[in-house]
Amino acid sequence: MTESPLLSVTDLVLGVKRSKGSTVIVDGVSFDVATGNRFGIVGESGSGKSMSLRAIANLLPAGVNVMSGSIKYNGEELVGMNRVKRRRLMGPEIAMIFQEPMTALNPVMRVGDQIAEGPRRYLGLSRKAAMELAVSMMARTGIPDPAKRALAYPHQLSGGLRQRIMIAMAISCRPKLILCDEPTTALDVTVQHQVLRLLEELCDDFGASLVFVTHDLAVVNQTCRDLAVMYAGRMVETGAVKDVFRDPRHPYTKGLLDSAPDFDQPGRALVPIPGFPPNLAHRENACSFAPRCPFVQERCLEGAPVLERVEDGRESACFFSDEIFKKVRV
Amino acid sequence: MLHRLSFIPGRLLQAIPVVFGVTLLVFFMAHLLPGDPALAILGDKATEDRIVALRTQLGLDKPLLVQYGLFLSNIARGNLGDSLTYQVPVSSLVLEAVPVTLSLVFFALILGLLIGIPLSGIAAVKPNRPADLGVRAYTLVGQGMPQFWVGIMLILFFSLKLRLFPVGGYGQTAADHLYYLFLPALTLAIALSPTLIRSLRSSTINVLGSEYVATARSKGSGGVALFRQHVLRNAIIPTVSIMGVNLGYLVGGSIVIEKVFALPGLGSLMLNAIFSRDFPTIQGVTLFVALFVVVVGILTDVVYTLLDPRVNFSSKERE
Repeated sequence: MTESPLLSVTDLVLGVKRSKGSTVIVDGVSFDVATGNRFGIVGESGSGKSMSLRAIANLLPAGVNVMSGSIKYNGEELVGMNRVKRRRLMGPEIAMIFQEPMTALNPVMRVGDQIAEGPRRYLGLSRKAAMELAVSMMARTGIPDPAKRALAYPHQLSGGLRQRIMIAMAISCRPKLILCDEPTTALDVTVQHQVLRLLEELCDDFGASLVFVTHDLAVVNQTCRDLAVMYAGRMVETGAVKDVFRDPRHPYTKGLLDSAPDFDQPGRALVPIPGFPPNLAHRENACSFAPRCPFVQERCLEGAPVLERVEDGRESACFFSDEIFKKVRV
Repeated sequence: MLHRLSFIPGRLLQAIPVVFGVTLLVFFMAHLLPGDPALAILGDKATEDRIVALRTQLGLDKPLLVQYGLFLSNIARGNLGDSLTYQVPVSSLVLEAVPVTLSLVFFALILGLLIGIPLSGIAAVKPNRPADLGVRAYTLVGQGMPQFWVGIMLILFFSLKLRLFPVGGYGQTAADHLYYLFLPALTLAIALSPTLIRSLRSSTINVLGSEYVATARSKGSGGVALFRQHVLRNAIIPTVSIMGVNLGYLVGGSIVIEKVFALPGLGSLMLNAIFSRDFPTIQGVTLFVALFVVVVGILTDVVYTLLDPRVNFSSKERE
């Protein structure tokens, strides 16, 4: 990674407060995003990927707290930062795009006003100027007839259009970092593709970096340069997307790849990962993936593996990464 | 926007059978009471002559249907009959009293919103924390206290001890009216606010947890601006219908409160009419209150439509 990353997350631990003690739902997540990079976080539901993203945006749901760790944006610590100061970062510096364009837009506000809200606050624009900016941003995201659509309410627009509105909203203050929480999951495949293209294009044009959370490997493959794979609140593998896809170094990553269709190998049978993710309330001092791992050994049950360097720019949290995958490769 | 309000004429037409039903009830109310209305009005010791005279005056000697027809045609001409006590047209009595009661009710509604909206917000931001528990305790106490008692306590404290507000009456000028109406309106607002707070608190909690509020926060919105622009307008929508229903109750509640504060409104008129068996006046007031409830019902739908662009009472198949 470069010397001063735009975003640097170190040993982030998130917990849910219970009556006795806390349940750790994200445990020791660390990653850097350099300026201009596109970083993907992949994992299944409940792996903590969305929560990690929301922690960066200070949008954790009630009851979930940052227990320890650091989130640095442009060298500034976000954890424990003054509330108002941190709020001012949201919009002009950091923006977020949500999963469900159906529920992520205010149902009783015209979409143009929703886009104009940020620019009015941060760029000091008049109502009219902000609206013009909103319309131009809508045009920028490929919404046909933007001046008319700006007057529509969210329920009058299709899912794809709503997601474009979300994107227009996110880029309206020209942020340097865009956080995407499964932005294409709720859309159908053709629209998905358009939206991804659009995101990439806009990130290039505006010079924004991207953190992209998804469960969809194909989407990461299309969009991101680096990725982290999360399982049960921990990161299990990191590296460049093309390396990880070609040559996974963690059994879970391999399981994910084997269970997803690949158009380059149409004849290959899909192999599901047996079992279920663990209950995070009863975390044992063992590899979280051990109960589902086809390569499990005794040592996996005796302690939790941490991320270790396996190659240049690649890390894996598996005791037997070398044994398993060197053998698999040969 | 405006085409969504095109349901109003239709709703007014629908109100006609309701109003018709109300006139039926109001008319037969007098006749359903045991005994002769004339006898009931004059009391046991009335002479036969006076009873016959009154029966003729009231038209009670005619067949029931003819009486009802007369009653309807009189109403249609704005004639509600003459008050037996005051010997003046009931319509003029009602018209004098209506502004008092309407101002009281809407003043109470505004005060109720002024009390309820901030308290709901404070409670909803941190549920189950001390501020929320305090607000919830207030809703219990507010609902538990009888209105007339609250009114008397407010008089004791604000009027007699602090001498800030008059003990009762209505005053002469418009500014006077507001000043005189403050305590009674506050009394009603205290009775109204618990219902408002309960509904608004829970819907605010829901809205605060919604994705679009997260979106708003991701745009850097926060504090009062977030509450005003994104939370309140969504959260108040379910509360509007509850308020609509409660405005009807509020008119009922105002009967006692007007008596406590000696306000010359519909409530006082009604109470006096009941005590003196002034049937035409009772009928007139009842009719007006029923009309008020019907109109509030329609207004509720209008407010609903204005607040929520997704609501469309006018047509089901649009877009």
